Amino acid sequence: MTAETLEQAQARTPVQTRGASGTRLEAIASGEEVRSEIHPQLKKEDNILSIENFNLWYGRAQALHDISMTVPKGKVTALVGPSGCGKSTLLRSVNRLNDLIDIVRIGGEMTLNGSSIYSKNVDVIELRKRMGMVFQKSNPFPMSIYENVVYSLRIDGERNKKVLDEVCERSLRGAAIWDEVKDRLQDSALGLSGGQQQRICIARAIAAEPEVLLMDEPCSALDPIATNKIEDMIDALKGEYTILIVTHNMQQAARSSDYTAFMYLGRLIEYGPTDTIFQNPRLIETQDYVTGRFG
Amino acid sequence: MTDLPVTDLPKSSNVGTRRRDAGRKSMSLYAEGEPMVWLTGGALAFSLLMILAMLVYVFWMGFSNFWPQRVVHVTTHSGQVSMGSVSRSQSYKPSIANVDRLPEALQDSTREKLLANDGYTVRTLLYTGNYDLTGTRFQWVSDYEVNTWEYPEWALLIERRMDGNFYGMPVAFEQDGEVLTESPKEIWERFEEIHPTVRRRFRERERIRTVDMGRVNRRQENARRQLVEATRQFENGEIPAGDLDRVRHETEETIDQTRREHAALSKRVDEINTENRRYGLVMETAQGLRHTLFFDDIVMAFPGNQLSRFQKIAIFGERWREFIFDNPREANMEGGVFPQIIGTVTMTLVMTIFVVPFGVIAALYLREYAKPGPIVSAVRIAINNLAGVPSIVFGVFGLGFFCYIMGGYLDDVFYSNSPVPTFRGGGVLWASATLALLTLPVVIVATEEALSAVPSSMREGSYACGASKWQTIKRIVLPRSMPGIMTGMILAMARGAGEVAPLMLVGAVKLAPSLPLDIHNWSGSLGFIPTGPIHLERSFLHLGFHIYDLGFQSSDSEAARPMVFTTTLLLISIIVILNLTAIMIRTRLRRKFKSGTF
Ligand SMILES: Nc1ncnc2c1ncn2[C@@H]1O[C@H](COP(=O)(O)OP(=O)(O)OP(=O)(O)O)[C@@H](O)[C@H]1O
Ligand SMILES: [Mg+2]
Repeated sequence: MTAETLEQAQARTPVQTRGASGTRLEAIASGEEVRSEIHPQLKKEDNILSIENFNLWYGRAQALHDISMTVPKGKVTALVGPSGCGKSTLLRSVNRLNDLIDIVRIGGEMTLNGSSIYSKNVDVIELRKRMGMVFQKSNPFPMSIYENVVYSLRIDGERNKKVLDEVCERSLRGAAIWDEVKDRLQDSALGLSGGQQQRICIARAIAAEPEVLLMDEPCSALDPIATNKIEDMIDALKGEYTILIVTHNMQQAARSSDYTAFMYLGRLIEYGPTDTIFQNPRLIETQDYVTGRFG
Repeated sequence: MTDLPVTDLPKSSNVGTRRRDAGRKSMSLYAEGEPMVWLTGGALAFSLLMILAMLVYVFWMGFSNFWPQRVVHVTTHSGQVSMGSVSRSQSYKPSIANVDRLPEALQDSTREKLLANDGYTVRTLLYTGNYDLTGTRFQWVSDYEVNTWEYPEWALLIERRMDGNFYGMPVAFEQDGEVLTESPKEIWERFEEIHPTVRRRFRERERIRTVDMGRVNRRQENARRQLVEATRQFENGEIPAGDLDRVRHETEETIDQTRREHAALSKRVDEINTENRRYGLVMETAQGLRHTLFFDDIVMAFPGNQLSRFQKIAIFGERWREFIFDNPREANMEGGVFPQIIGTVTMTLVMTIFVVPFGVIAALYLREYAKPGPIVSAVRIAINNLAGVPSIVFGVFGLGFFCYIMGGYLDDVFYSNSPVPTFRGGGVLWASATLALLTLPVVIVATEEALSAVPSSMREGSYACGASKWQTIKRIVLPRSMPGIMTGMILAMARGAGEVAPLMLVGAVKLAPSLPLDIHNWSGSLGFIPTGPIHLERSFLHLGFHIYDLGFQSSDSEAARPMVFTTTLLLISIIVILNLTAIMIRTRLRRKFKSGTF
């Protein structure tokens, strides 16, 4: 964040915006459409992913409302918001995992590096290979640590042992778990501790050098030490990878992300540089949420 | 929101008090669920006890069958003499008229004893053997009739190749028709010395007859067939006359050679026969009849009343060995059940090979590919109902579809020039296919369950890595559900191995000329496919069918009784062994997938 934008941000004070029926949040709850507050700094960034007027329904229930946002390249973007506001849904929409759910319908568009995600002739499998995903609950496969990490190469038919070994080591180092498991690569990944499993999953997600790394509350089941390790890892990956991370932990969002998006009831409320969002947000609702006054 | 009952607090505490009050009075029994505990627990204990009792009974009856018994010599007041071993005893109510036949002096006391016991007394069933001499095998002896009951020191129990056991006293040992000794001790020593070599020659003869001669015959047969084939080709103008002549010459040579080999083998058999007939055991039955038994006819003999514990164990082991590794004799009533074991195991394994892939593929479609909806639900219900169809119905279907239609078709296509049916009619292949159909629902249901138990997070993880549906199934879903699939396999094996009714229609027989597993001929083939020693087109013997046949179809059910138990015990053990193996594999798989906790 540049000094100039910091100044700008400090000059503003949070504003209480009102819809027709009281506060902005009440307006949203009553079904009114409200425009997202998107900070101008984002316009200057080089985008890798852009989401345009995205809507999603689970059967009748709409889970995402007209979301438009861009994700800057090589940066860490955090998605925060109360439980059930659609963070996971948005994340899963990026790599089209929601296709697996029969009742899901979508509207709007997303593009990854300029290429469409949702247009008809997209090869979903190729698309997913360009992204890595880490889930809220660690989900290692029932196979050895080694095979877990090189899974995405295996399904591409990679047989060269040297390549696989290299990728395995690089990914495990990237996920800060190489030293812990280097002597037991052939053991079942299911025999590891929860935190180790989660880092194996991260290694698996970065093995294919994805353009975007999607992380859905990767630390929710971890103790503070494992959480620290993963945050360190995210710091180390920053720059090399674009990371979109969902978190409930405000400290974590503040510490490790460059940008933060605040969502509420399927809407994007405010989106801007993390410092601004946490110290000097434009909307009082965002301030209430990040300071823990509601949510 | 508002129904958090802050204001209701006094009221709810009221409820609590009321409940406690009620508890003190009438509610306790039902509230604690005591009667249900007893009812459910009792029902479980009852069923377990029934099963346990049955198993213990079968185990005891089956296991003790081979324990060598003592030979008892009984005389009755009416002057009847018999010798044999005790088969079993029971209490019964004799008719009073029988007592009148006793000597005068005993009649009164016997009547008194009977009256004191409500007219009941105990009778014992003696296995007296000597079927060729007496025409019976068994005899009941009532307690009150017994005059003497003793165990003669040198009474011998002789198991023969034909006509069952022989009981008697040794009188003389004969060699080449000359009596060499008459002292029981020496007779027994001679017997123990000579009999093993006689047995060895006996086995050699059996091997020559079944294996060696069979091999020679096969060579001859093949040579003949080649000549026939060459003749046909010549007539069709496919080969020149010179080739036909060459084949004819070769064939004649082979036939000559095999004739010579055959003659040599026959000569050896004759030699063995004469050698084995040189030795004889002259025996005297309880009734005083003299009878000469050739060593050749004796399978095993022992003086039942002077065996040490060690000798008894040795005989017990030898009988089990014979039972498991030998062929049956005397219409399956005696000897071993080796062919039945081979048949049962082969059929079960082939069935497993059929049913598991089919069931897994079907379940994969139902669970992974088919769109859930009324049709899939209907199919699922139909599959479940299939498990309830009586097995004989599958037997009839198997007979019609597999044996006649499929078998007939295969015969028409591949064996049109064979005079005897090959695949048409019953055989291991069709029996396995029928049972595979019968056990298919078990595998499908178990596999579906296993598939649906794979956490969706794992599938999503795989998709997120860019895997296709089939890659996800192959690499994640199937390995992960392998233990569950194994469970289905175990259940199917247990069900299939114990099934009898359909087998009677599709290939299980009482006597089979050759086994589906022919370890003496490794060059077997099905048309042009070499199959080695495996002949799945052949009919087979099956332990379950053997039990039915022995118990309900044999001429002398009393004699078959012990064998029924022993065979049942064996069948249960085989099923247990097959299952334990599968369970061990499953446990190993499970351990591999065992999830660590944090
Ligand atoms: N498979 C589904 N079927 C139907 N509705 C769903 C499904 N998954 C999520 N939803 C609904 O969509 C909304 C958004 O859910 P989502 O999982 O995206 O929330 P979230 O922000 O990730 O919450 P959390 O922080 O608790 O993970 C919720 O109201 C939820 O009930
Ligand atoms: Mg979530």
